[in-house]
Amino acid sequence: MISEGKKTLWNDYQKEIADDKYFYARSCIRQNFFPGAEKTFLKILKEELKKDVYDDPRHTTCTGIAYHSDVVSLETTMTVVARQFALMTERGYSNFVPSCITSFGIYTEVLELWAHHPEIEDKIRHFLLKATGREFKVPENLAHSSDIIYKYRNEIAGMSKYRLINKNTGDPLRVVEHIGCHYARMFPHKGIGGAEYPCVLSGLAETFGGEVIDYPERRACCGFGFRQYVVQANRGYSISCSKRKFESMAPYKPDLIITNCPGCPYFLDSWQYVIAEMEGKTYGEKGQGIPVLTFEELSGLMMGYNPWDIGFQMHQISVEPLLDKIGVNYEPENKFCGSQGRSIGKPKIPESIKYS
Amino acid sequence: MNSFGFEIQKDNTIEYDKNDLSLAAFVLRHEPSLYNCIQCGSCSGTCPASAISSYQFRKMQLLMRRGETKHLREDVAHCMLCGKCILVCPRGVNTRNVIRQIRIALNMN
Repeated sequence: MISEGKKTLWNDYQKEIADDKYFYARSCIRQNFFPGAEKTFLKILKEELKKDVYDDPRHTTCTGIAYHSDVVSLETTMTVVARQFALMTERGYSNFVPSCITSFGIYTEVLELWAHHPEIEDKIRHFLLKATGREFKVPENLAHSSDIIYKYRNEIAGMSKYRLINKNTGDPLRVVEHIGCHYARMFPHKGIGGAEYPCVLSGLAETFGGEVIDYPERRACCGFGFRQYVVQANRGYSISCSKRKFESMAPYKPDLIITNCPGCPYFLDSWQYVIAEMEGKTYGEKGQGIPVLTFEELSGLMMGYNPWDIGFQMHQISVEPLLDKIGVNYEPENKFCGSQGRSIGKPKIPESIKYS
Repeated sequence: MNSFGFEIQKDNTIEYDKNDLSLAAFVLRHEPSLYNCIQCGSCSGTCPASAISSYQFRKMQLLMRRGETKHLREDVAHCMLCGKCILVCPRGVNTRNVIRQIRIALNMN
């Protein structure tokens, strides 16, 4: 195919992403898992890229987990979503940026539903007004936070202190990118690269100098999947899914995994420990696991932020081997020191998987 | 090993690139009517061996065609060659000859 044709086709796989003035909607669970991720995103946008981002403390969960677990009805979800849009409207913003992939899927689904059924939107406007006295405008632009980082990846890479290069060998680090299922699978045209060629993370990793691995189970789900995780007895479905991915990626010897969803890094991180405990198997080098980072944490790390300031000590799988490969200057003794210099407590060191 | 209240399931991924499909090719070459199978399961439903064992013709031939032949020998040993499956097959597959060809391929005759 001639290159002009490729460029024309590729244009069909792009999405519009607003330049500035973002209304940020945090994830309901991410603050518990990797609390540095959202902080790093806001720091990069506000302090490095000088963007206008509003982080509203009044917003709530989008109800995504409850919706996908059949605990709340679609009407409830739509009314909660309408309230988030009302908060955005009240603050004078029109570009909505959710931190969570499930939220991104929920907002996209609701907006699509309203576009096709205006009578449902009218009903929800009535519900919201009756319940809270609020009114709203639908967002002019809806983009996930990883879309924003992707959009400004060259600027971020230009300001970066480090590259995804092994400082000892000079070789690019091998990166597994894992994109949340709700990013572009339900609505392919809402994701960069669509469902077929999603490049929101691979583009970022390559911009930082890494080499993206293409492995057989690359597009398989991480195993989070709400229903199979919420009930303890069903978690075997979740961990089996994750294990299949680890088995598939391990022969390619990845140096790290990057993700853009709240659930994926948590499960890909924690299940490595659980698999080691249950079956004695590890997937990294020398009895260690494969470090798992969110795209914000990776961007912050490349920018030269202190790994302990952006929450790397909260990871189940030790990130020190990765920091050593990149050549990051860090102080191991400060790993469990909080921002005030006081100890935040050390976890019990597992015996089944090497934790440095 | 620790228990967490759930178990890791065995992976059922079928590796077409690694599996040996020669046995399936042999059977299909000698009994091409198997190409007509629509996986309706009528054969398994009427099979007297299925009633008293875990053997199912539909499942067995599907796994064979995917190269999953680990339990094939014990599976086809259950068949009594009664031919009821031929009578009910809506696609005219000569199921009895399929079994016979598998047994020839596995040197079971």
